[in-house]
Amino acid sequence: MLLDTALLSRIQFGFTISFHILFPAFSIGLVLFIAIMETFWLKTKNSLYLGICKFWTKIFALTFGMGVVSGVVMEFQLGTNWAGFTQAVGGVLGPLFTYEVMTAFFIEAGFLGVMLFGWERVGPRLHYLATLLVVIGTTLSAYWIMSANTWMQHPVGYKQVGSVFKVADWMQIVFNPALFPRFIHMLLASYISAGLVICSVSAYYLLQNRFITFAKTCFSFTWLALFVLIPVQIYFGDVTGVQVHINQPLKTAAMEGIWDTQAGAPLVLFAIPDQKKQMNHWELSIPHGAALFNTHQWNGVLRGLKTVSISDQPHVIPVFFGFRMMVGSGLLMLLLSIIAVYLRWRGRLYNTRWFLISSVLSAPLGFIALWCGWITAEMGRQPWIVYGVLRTANAVSPVSLREVMISFALLFIVYGIIFGYFYFYFLHKTLHKGPSGIQEKEESRQPFQYMPSSFKEHP
Amino acid sequence: MMNILAFIWCGIIAFGVIMYVILGGFDLGVGIMSIFFKDEKERDLLMSAILPMWDGNQTWLVFGGATLYGAFPAAFSMILPIMYIPILIMVIALLFRGVAFEFRLKAIKTKRLWELCIFLGSVFATLAQGLILGTFVRGFNLSPHVAKIDQWFNPFGIACAIALVFGYVLLGANFLIIKTSGELQEKNYKLASKIQYIILAAFIMVSIWSPFLDPAIRERWFDPNHMLYLAILPFVTLLLLCGHWVALKKKQEYLPFWSVIGMFLMCYLGFIISSYPYIVPRQLTYMEAAADRSSLLFMLVGACVMLPPLLYYTYYSYRIFRGKVTQIEY
Repeated sequence: MLLDTALLSRIQFGFTISFHILFPAFSIGLVLFIAIMETFWLKTKNSLYLGICKFWTKIFALTFGMGVVSGVVMEFQLGTNWAGFTQAVGGVLGPLFTYEVMTAFFIEAGFLGVMLFGWERVGPRLHYLATLLVVIGTTLSAYWIMSANTWMQHPVGYKQVGSVFKVADWMQIVFNPALFPRFIHMLLASYISAGLVICSVSAYYLLQNRFITFAKTCFSFTWLALFVLIPVQIYFGDVTGVQVHINQPLKTAAMEGIWDTQAGAPLVLFAIPDQKKQMNHWELSIPHGAALFNTHQWNGVLRGLKTVSISDQPHVIPVFFGFRMMVGSGLLMLLLSIIAVYLRWRGRLYNTRWFLISSVLSAPLGFIALWCGWITAEMGRQPWIVYGVLRTANAVSPVSLREVMISFALLFIVYGIIFGYFYFYFLHKTLHKGPSGIQEKEESRQPFQYMPSSFKEHP
Repeated sequence: MMNILAFIWCGIIAFGVIMYVILGGFDLGVGIMSIFFKDEKERDLLMSAILPMWDGNQTWLVFGGATLYGAFPAAFSMILPIMYIPILIMVIALLFRGVAFEFRLKAIKTKRLWELCIFLGSVFATLAQGLILGTFVRGFNLSPHVAKIDQWFNPFGIACAIALVFGYVLLGANFLIIKTSGELQEKNYKLASKIQYIILAAFIMVSIWSPFLDPAIRERWFDPNHMLYLAILPFVTLLLLCGHWVALKKKQEYLPFWSVIGMFLMCYLGFIISSYPYIVPRQLTYMEAAADRSSLLFMLVGACVMLPPLLYYTYYSYRIFRGKVTQIEY
């Protein structure tokens, strides 16, 4: 395939958004954790929780800042590289972004300052309010972005006038029936990704035998939360999958590697899809599996990719493997969380070395699942930018290949240096320094008072 | 009805832009001048003064972008591809600057490096904004004979960019007069009183230059029917500059800042008078670029509900951090 403005713009967008999504996802989950810990602190006045809040707030500040600046790039990139898209759908999607700024960004920006720097300047209750408002702000932000993205996957409530899309019904767009499960799926993905990072850091401290009280509390609380959240996430993944099959059958076909329309399609566990020959190599499958998962019926009918010409099919390889990696990571997390709760019950959570090491290593697991899920969703939508109505090829800006090359090269270098190196450098530095102001002597045999009795450490 | 809606949205975007120019302007200005303070303690104070604010200030830029996208998609998708390079420079500079604020707080050995990044980020973001401003004052020219780079890279644009750097520094210095005390405040008084002369020169330059850029601008300002009323504008600007001069002499703390804000407002008003009713100057009027009625109405509901509390808590968070700055830590 020849490199043209459209392809390079897509690569640039994919590159910048892949970096960007890490920060908001981590922030959304982390700030919820901070808010919960601040609640505990206000209730118990135990300085341990305040220490936890202050430490994770440092990490949150760093991450949130990255999200803000990389988000500004995203916003302007829509216009610079995708003017055909903004011209056609601006009237529909632009207001959603405006609402995001008005309801979410200003809340975040206004109260983030109080949350980060206001410990000494406002009372604890007002500070708590600021934290809660940041939680609400980040959640609303995710809602508006998901509503814009869902409209691109499943456009509803619009009318087309020439080449321009106009809105027929705002209620349908803002409360798109496809939006609810996708929004919850994304929120849970953020919580789980952040949770795994918290577990990883705590396990690292436990292994090093530093900040024990702090680490135990974070570790135990978060694994328990994950134990609850991960099955719920799997359920919402299933709801989303069924809905994708209804709205975008070809995406489902690419996810499942189904070439021919068939009833009771098998679940392909592994295969090498071959788009040229329109078939799978080395296929290993379970009969009726895909039909069961996607339609919830033993003999449900799945549409095959061959029902459209090759030029109208999404690229199967990334969608097929992206989906498998997402599901695989999800199952791995589920397994880890079950082990964690079992070990906690047996009173061995904090000294089972292999599990602590696994927890340290599982930090990127949530983000890998999240990336793969997005690749599945977005690559599976191609060749459409708005599914079924606007082609990606018609969405690019009238800019030269040279301009896009310059911008991509610059962004690549800048992102590589800043997010690829320095973010992790300072993250590591903050983590290495660890929390301050927590008195280790406060450690008791039952550090975690909010667990049901069955979760308390065995004497 | 449609025209009224589009006009209201024009007003809201214009408001967002001037909010960014003033609020973002002073923190960019502080970023630019920070490098010239030799004492690390002083630089710490400078940074602490803008640290809780810069993110909120920058949100007005995001607001401007998002509302332009929503209310005037045709303008958004015409302007951004033309301004591809300056916008790219601006967002990368803002990115560098934003992360540098965070990293600087955590750095020890590389602190100097991040201070340099804050400086460079602030300068390049301002220069890019100046180039964009220059293009808007001068007007877009879509004729195929005009190279794209000439749209934004020309003597007038460069002059605007340099003038904007000094304008932001003046705002920044006056903000710091409010936020600091003692020797550091004294330095800012001195800086502000030097830069005001450069700003005077910039006013004169732009006022003489811009009528020659486009006959339409000349006709508007020198139309005998309006000339007298419009002359109020440069007159008030000069008055404000005199007020600024006196306020600095008398060591007033708040008056210099407010008079510079007044000057920015006057210049902005002048710019609006020159380009009305165009949203992409000389190419597209705001009526032509407006989105559908239902989109404008839908956004307006949100704006009416959200803007007043939003303005209130912007004010409120400024109030929390009011007073002389002390070193901030978290």
